[in-house]
Amino acid sequence: MRLDELTRRDFPILERVVNGHPLIYFDSGASSQKPRAVLDAMNRYYERSHANVHRSIHTLGEEATELYEVARDAMQRFIGAPSREEVVFTRGTTDGLGLIAETIGRTLGKGDEIVVTELEHHSNLIPWQLIAKDRGAVLKAIPVRDDGQLDLAALDRLLTARTRVVAFAHVSNVLGTITLAKEIIAKARAVNALTVVDGAQAAPHMRLDMSALGCDFYVLSAHKMLGPTGIGVMYGRRAVLDRLEPGRGGSEMIKEVWIDHAQWNDLPWRFEPGTPPIAEAVGLTAAIEYLEKLGMDRVAEHERALTRQAIEGLSRIPGVTVYGPPVGIDRGAVVSFAIEGLHPHDVAALLDAEGIAVRAGHHCAMPLMRRLGVVGTTRATFSVFNSPDEVSRLLTAVAGLRSAL
Amino acid sequence: VSGATPAANSLYSDVIRDRWRRPRHRGDLPGATAVAEDVNPLCGDRVRMMLTIAPEGQISDARFVGDSCAICTASADAVADLVAGRTRSEAAALEVGDVLAVLQAEIRPTRMRCATLPLSVLAQALDGKAKA
Repeated sequence: MRLDELTRRDFPILERVVNGHPLIYFDSGASSQKPRAVLDAMNRYYERSHANVHRSIHTLGEEATELYEVARDAMQRFIGAPSREEVVFTRGTTDGLGLIAETIGRTLGKGDEIVVTELEHHSNLIPWQLIAKDRGAVLKAIPVRDDGQLDLAALDRLLTARTRVVAFAHVSNVLGTITLAKEIIAKARAVNALTVVDGAQAAPHMRLDMSALGCDFYVLSAHKMLGPTGIGVMYGRRAVLDRLEPGRGGSEMIKEVWIDHAQWNDLPWRFEPGTPPIAEAVGLTAAIEYLEKLGMDRVAEHERALTRQAIEGLSRIPGVTVYGPPVGIDRGAVVSFAIEGLHPHDVAALLDAEGIAVRAGHHCAMPLMRRLGVVGTTRATFSVFNSPDEVSRLLTAVAGLRSAL
Repeated sequence: VSGATPAANSLYSDVIRDRWRRPRHRGDLPGATAVAEDVNPLCGDRVRMMLTIAPEGQISDARFVGDSCAICTASADAVADLVAGRTRSEAAALEVGDVLAVLQAEIRPTRMRCATLPLSVLAQALDGKAKA
């Protein structure tokens, strides 16, 4: 059975009719829909077990703590992290990247160098700009080649003895490019630079293995991988976390506090100040279990087929340009395209009138838009519940749009 | 407009489609005395308004260039129409309702910034603070 046939009924929102058409949701890259298991788990938690975690010495406090920490174990398993102490909960990818930038930022000096890439989401660019400005550090970017891949020959020239951080996306949220993460990490390590990987688009789509990848930091958001909004993960390699001062302060992240100093808590709580997103962690566990039951390799295979169908179909429509790696090169479940003579926002609005939800605009990647020579693109992204029939309907709709305005 | 789908007809007025396809005031304005440019942070759309203003305050010509969607382009074209022949203070008093009246369109909240960007660029041009 195809994956969408297996999963479709698990997503209540897919019963919606939008503008007179059954909803076709192709915007999971921005935020995915949630299976009933996630919604039920969160409701059950709020109806039966809600309390604050870790220091509530009563039954509900114990249950909430147990559920919260179970989410950490589930996430450790999902991303293949060597230990649970390396799994830090955040509010999402942007929060995680900000936390890392602030934490590492304190160790940077004038003239130290940070390398990002031309295809980064603003979330993995702006925090580094702020740190570079604050510390007098130098920001450099790996260029994007015409085939959508990062130019690793250029990276060799960018890396120096002063390079302290290399931060890059695992999967481009615009082009779908699966970056050559292992090669980049190896090159960065050769100059003793820390590696920070934005996994927001990779986590919903492919099997992750932190041990094999070997990065120092990896961040993701639950809401793009069938889980709730408001929670994400910062994986940090233990050897690195051990030697970093916490970036942010508050309750939970301390052991003992005096007026003028404090002793930090153990990992991972040292990096989790304040009351965490507990219900969201419960929902995240359900999302992980849902994906694990399907199998991430099967998820990737399903989304790969839809992506290929979309690229091949769109490429055949006169006046349509498809961005990113050519057919045959594996990529994430992301397809950006342009229709000659139509602005992406108008394309999205016209598709919405037919019940098809896509994203349009700069996708928070303005430097990449400049590289592509456009103000924006129209982007379709796919998830486990999308079907080949839905992709066919997108192709039919796009083919009819060219003279629509 | 030929080729328009039912969806396009319901989403965009005839005026918007017409001004998108054939804007009357798109293009450079050599000798402009007031110029401003801005972007819509939501989508990256960019509009540049150029005005020729006589010393006594009369706007004799207005043109725009930009990289923008149908609503934003039509709105910029309507704004150029509206300000030509008016005084500086009359132009500054223009409101989004005046533009929507020309466009004969109801704009959904998610697209309202597309319609209002040209007006805010106009205000910057009239202010004279924005750099050209």
